[in-house]
Amino acid sequence: MLTLNDVQAGYGRTTILHGINVTVQKGEVVTIVGANGAGKTTTLRSIAGLVRPTAGSITFEGEPIEKLSPHEVVARGITLIPEGRQLFPFMSVRDNLRMGAYTPQARARMATTMDEVMDLFPRVREKLEQHAGSLSGGEQQMVAIARGLMARPKLLMFDEPSLGLAPIIVAQVFDVVEKIVATGVTVLIVEQNVFRTLNIADRGYVLENGEIVMTDSGEALLRDDHVRRAYLGI
Amino acid sequence: MDTFLQLVLNGLMLGGLFAIISVGLTLIFGIIRLVNFAHGELLMAGMYLTWIGTTKLGLHPYLLAPPLVLVLFVIGVAIQRFILQPLLEARDAHVQIFATVGLSTALINLALLLFGADLYATPAAHVRDPILFGPFRVVVGQLVMFGAGIAVVTGLHFFMERSFLGRAIRATAQHRAAAQLMGVDVNRIYMVTFGIGAACVGLAAALVAPVYPTSPTVGTYFVLTAFVVVVLGGMGSLHGAFIGALLIGLVDSLSGFYIAPDLKEVVIFGLFILILLLRPTGLFGLGRGSE
Repeated sequence: MLTLNDVQAGYGRTTILHGINVTVQKGEVVTIVGANGAGKTTTLRSIAGLVRPTAGSITFEGEPIEKLSPHEVVARGITLIPEGRQLFPFMSVRDNLRMGAYTPQARARMATTMDEVMDLFPRVREKLEQHAGSLSGGEQQMVAIARGLMARPKLLMFDEPSLGLAPIIVAQVFDVVEKIVATGVTVLIVEQNVFRTLNIADRGYVLENGEIVMTDSGEALLRDDHVRRAYLGI
Repeated sequence: MDTFLQLVLNGLMLGGLFAIISVGLTLIFGIIRLVNFAHGELLMAGMYLTWIGTTKLGLHPYLLAPPLVLVLFVIGVAIQRFILQPLLEARDAHVQIFATVGLSTALINLALLLFGADLYATPAAHVRDPILFGPFRVVVGQLVMFGAGIAVVTGLHFFMERSFLGRAIRATAQHRAAAQLMGVDVNRIYMVTFGIGAACVGLAAALVAPVYPTSPTVGTYFVLTAFVVVVLGGMGSLHGAFIGALLIGLVDSLSGFYIAPDLKEVVIFGLFILILLLRPTGLFGLGRGSE
């Protein structure tokens, strides 16, 4: 479904990704594991069109997407739920969700999607009329995920959904991610909580200094000595 | 007392006109984060177009309002697309503002070249006809400006709150990167926003031309006042611009009578400096919408 072929990317003169290869099959849950600064976010931003790769190709459903603008990537069916939530703070939660369904395809089915998403997030339903900026961090993360789902993406990308949240909220976020995975949507997730993420992932990539050093099934990576030492602290 | 109320009435009517001009300015400022110094010159261009339409085609200026709104919208979109958007990548954000200053000067000199420095009076039947409300008197032109001002502000309010495009415009102002991730083409949003701002001026031009003579520098007077309105209302706030416009209309009308007609601008700009000193976010500004 998604293929990154020898992708290089960076900011200005700094190269972050030194040619990485990643594939995601339809229906899979794939995770990219790595330390801060390894290039996980840059990988997601390259796919989303926010960073233009300097070399290599990205194909989605057989078509090259590495030169598309972010809004064109969204129209193809790829949605990124960004790090740090990035809600529209002075809009109501309801309007934030409506913005999630901005593409023509999503807009046509907005009412149905809204019902489905609200079933997944009963707490968000209670806050629909509040300004997004007035919610707690955990509530904002739930809205950010709900907003991402409003686009009815074929591929949903999470960037650090549990970052900066209290442990009990982190658990709730993972519950939600698991529920979304159970609906069968294809997921690419980057998360610092490596243990929980590898548990729900079909496959994982280990990214170090902008290069993929290892790839295997989630289970196998959980048992791997290097992964256990470097990322699980065991 | 009757004089006072008559002046209040005049002030509110004038405020309607300031509202139309200021709403365009505050929209461009709030969404694109651009101070458009060419706003007045777009008004001037619209007023010359109104003059041409009335004298050469024999049309009533009010009939010219819809085509002018359309023409100015297109001009606004073109300015954003071909002048400002290429400068978006510039190292210094101020480059865009300087570009609008340049555009302003270029338009003034183009008008001087085409029309000379003479004042052009746009003919218009019935615009100066009085309407009496008991002891009070307004002319048709004033009433139309006031009504149009309310219509523009209300229309824009519903557009911004209810429509997908309006919501996307607000979203882009609040969080540009997140709006892109929702599938919003922000360059297109900026073009539409500048277009709407310019279209407001197109409407204002058709309403002002019959009551105020057209000259190359006519825009400066109205838009300097609009800057005061925008700052008073809180930069980027639609409601603020509306209330601010009515207040400045009142100040203009009352100070012109009770102090001196020649000093009313001193009063308005004195007020401007006071607001900047005492409440730089304006009456309704919360410093909101910033990323």
